[in-house]
Order: sequence, then C-alpha cells, then structure tokens
Amino acid sequence: MYDFRYHRPAGLGEASALIGDAEDGVFLAGGQTLIATLKQRLAQPSDVIDLARIDGLDGIKPLGGTIEIGAMTPHADVAASVDVQKAIPALAALAALIGDPQLRNRGTLGGSLATNDPAADYPAAVLALAATVHTDRREIAADDFFRDFFETALEPGEIITKVSFPLAERAGYAKFPNPASRYAMVGVMVADLGGTVRVAVTGAGPCVFRQRAMEAALSESFTAEAIADIAVAQDGFNDDIHGSAEYRAHLVSVMAKRAVAAAD
Amino acid sequence: MGHEVSLRVNGEAITETVEARTLLVDLLRETLGLTGTHVGCDTSQCGACVVHVDGRAVKSCALLVVQLEGCDVVTIEGIAEGDVLHPMQAAFQEHHGLQCGFCTPGMVMSAIDLLNNNPHPSEQQIREGLSGNLCRCTGYHNIVKAIAACAEGA
Repeated sequence: MYDFRYHRPAGLGEASALIGDAEDGVFLAGGQTLIATLKQRLAQPSDVIDLARIDGLDGIKPLGGTIEIGAMTPHADVAASVDVQKAIPALAALAALIGDPQLRNRGTLGGSLATNDPAADYPAAVLALAATVHTDRREIAADDFFRDFFETALEPGEIITKVSFPLAERAGYAKFPNPASRYAMVGVMVADLGGTVRVAVTGAGPCVFRQRAMEAALSESFTAEAIADIAVAQDGFNDDIHGSAEYRAHLVSVMAKRAVAAAD
Repeated sequence: MGHEVSLRVNGEAITETVEARTLLVDLLRETLGLTGTHVGCDTSQCGACVVHVDGRAVKSCALLVVQLEGCDVVTIEGIAEGDVLHPMQAAFQEHHGLQCGFCTPGMVMSAIDLLNNNPHPSEQQIREGLSGNLCRCTGYHNIVKAIAACAEGA
C-alpha cells in the first residue's frame, strides 16, 4: 500500500474542506472496499479522509412512511435492527447477505452506495424501493443516483449522510452469490410500493438497473408465474470466468421469481 | 508521516506511532509480537486474521491502525484466563476442531462473535457464520461440532 495523509474530521464541514484542499483525496467509510483497493495498489490517493468520527451519520430511524438509515451504519446493524425487520424485512435480509460477518461489522450503507460496485447488494434495494439518497448538499432520487460502472451522481467531495427508504407493501430479495467473494452473480430486489412494482437487478450488468418488463407484469399480477415467460436480454451483461452473459440472463429470471415468492 | 494512536490490546493500553497505511494485523504481528493472528491471504477472504474490535469480529487485514484511536482490540492471545482456555478454545480442543491449525485463531474469534450474537445457532447458522473463514484442510465438520458443543455449554 502506498502511504497517504490520513485525516479524521469531526464534522461534515471540516471533511469537505479537507477533501477540497487535497490533491487527490478519498473518503473512508468502513473501508471494506477501499482498503482492499489500496492494498493492491489499484489506487494511490494523496489523502484519506475518515468519516467514522463525524456525529450523526449512523443510526436507524423509523419515521411515518419511511425508515431512515445513516450512511455510516454498518450492514450488521441493519440486518439485526428490529425496526428494519419490521418496516422492510427484505432490506434487513439483504443486509444479512452482504459479504461475510466480519465485513458486515465494518462495511457501511453509504460506502457501498458511493462505491456503486456493479455486484453490490445495496444498490438493488435503493433502486427497487425508490429510496432517496441524502447528501451534505441535496437529496438524490434512486433513479438518478446510479449512473454507470462504479459511477454515481455524487459530485467531487459530496458526502452521503443518510438514505430514506419508503415502506413497501411487500418486497423480496434473492441473490445468487459468487461462492468465493459473496458478491452477487445476480441479485434481484422486487418491491411493491402500493400498486407500483419496481424490479432492480444487480450483478448482471455494469451497473444496477430496473427490469421494466417484469415491473409491468408484476404490477398486473404479483406472482412468480407472471414473469416466468419474460425473456431477459443479455446485451451488455457481464461475461467473465464466473459466468457468461447468457447464464446471468437466466439467473435474472430465476432470482426475480424467487424474490417475488419470498416477498413479505 | 507518523500518527500516534492510543488503543487497548487485550486489556493493555498502548500508544504506538504508525504510518497511515499500517494495517492492524501488521501492528499486532510485527510491532506487538502477537503472532497468533495469522495472515492467510491478501484479499480479506480467508479470515485467519479475525480479531475483535469493540466486541465485534473484524478482519484485521482490512483495517488501518489509524482508524482505531480509542478502540478496544482483543486477539486470540487475549481470550484465555491465565492457563484456563476460553470455552470456545476448549471446545475446539475437545472436538478436534482443527487439522493444521492455521485457520484456528480466526475460526475461534469468529465463533465467539457468532455466539455473542446468537447464543443458540442452528447448524446452518453456524456454517453461515463461518462464511468469512476458510479452512484449507476442509476441516469444517469438527469446527461446526465444536461451536455447537460450546453453545450447549458442553
């Protein structure tokens, strides 16, 4: 790992100032992607700005029609939260499937979203549930947040503070994990938001995306049968040693059906 | 650039000056001589380096020392009471939950965290709880038995 300057700001304003002054700064949340990247010398930031000691960035707040999760909340806390289990059981279940237990004790919601790994789990939940990403500058709708391969709508130096998830009438997540990395070969989140159904797919392509044909069919009839015959186009799908594009397209269909069957 | 970091390791307060890039596992092994925490991979997958930070199992190869100001770290060396093994260590010994032993410190630390969160796990939950720990001897069966026995207080 190349060395870097390390900072531990006490507030968002200080964090912004530090990254503004840095030649090539990065924010550190739980570090479960960043530290591995640094170890492999795939990145060489001049400054690492640790967000862990900024008050108010973690915690889970059930509100009326939404549940708010702080950006620095570790996956394990989301998985174990009685509030999340009650409000959106599929979200707690998804958090319990991320990586392994040790990673879930450090990795954070905000870190996962800011990274936007094409095979990460949280992007599927945020997109399917039509969540809102709050930053130190603005609110960003899920549909506008995920842009492309490891690319989001975040501007340089912008910090995610929390995410508000609307309560779905029912939602389900099904994931086919890579057996070694536990990243999603394909993961599908379905959410019934009161008549409107959204289907988000992670792992299959360069970036999480919505499967509109399935959304239309599930809005008519929220059953696995309703989407059984929908053909999934494999154009642009990931095609690597772990699975061909054709295989992933097939998995999208299978995972979507399982997610519908599991929805509660 | 040196950073002075104060933390507790196995109950003892220490202050060390480290480079920003120093990993927790390197502080433990190289500086403090606590070589019970192992390094089996370089990709945070094998789990041989699992320790507890503020009571939670973490991979010490995926943490920087500078992140741990004021934190409480417990390693495999810190769980026995003098000559009396921790119940999880005793269960691994009793049920032969190891073959070559390389993965054992990480397995034991993960298993303790697993039971802290779920005192009576099913066999399936134990296996899922070990998903971040690899045993290249494939000795999982007795590891699972040891953890189940420890959960039963046997």
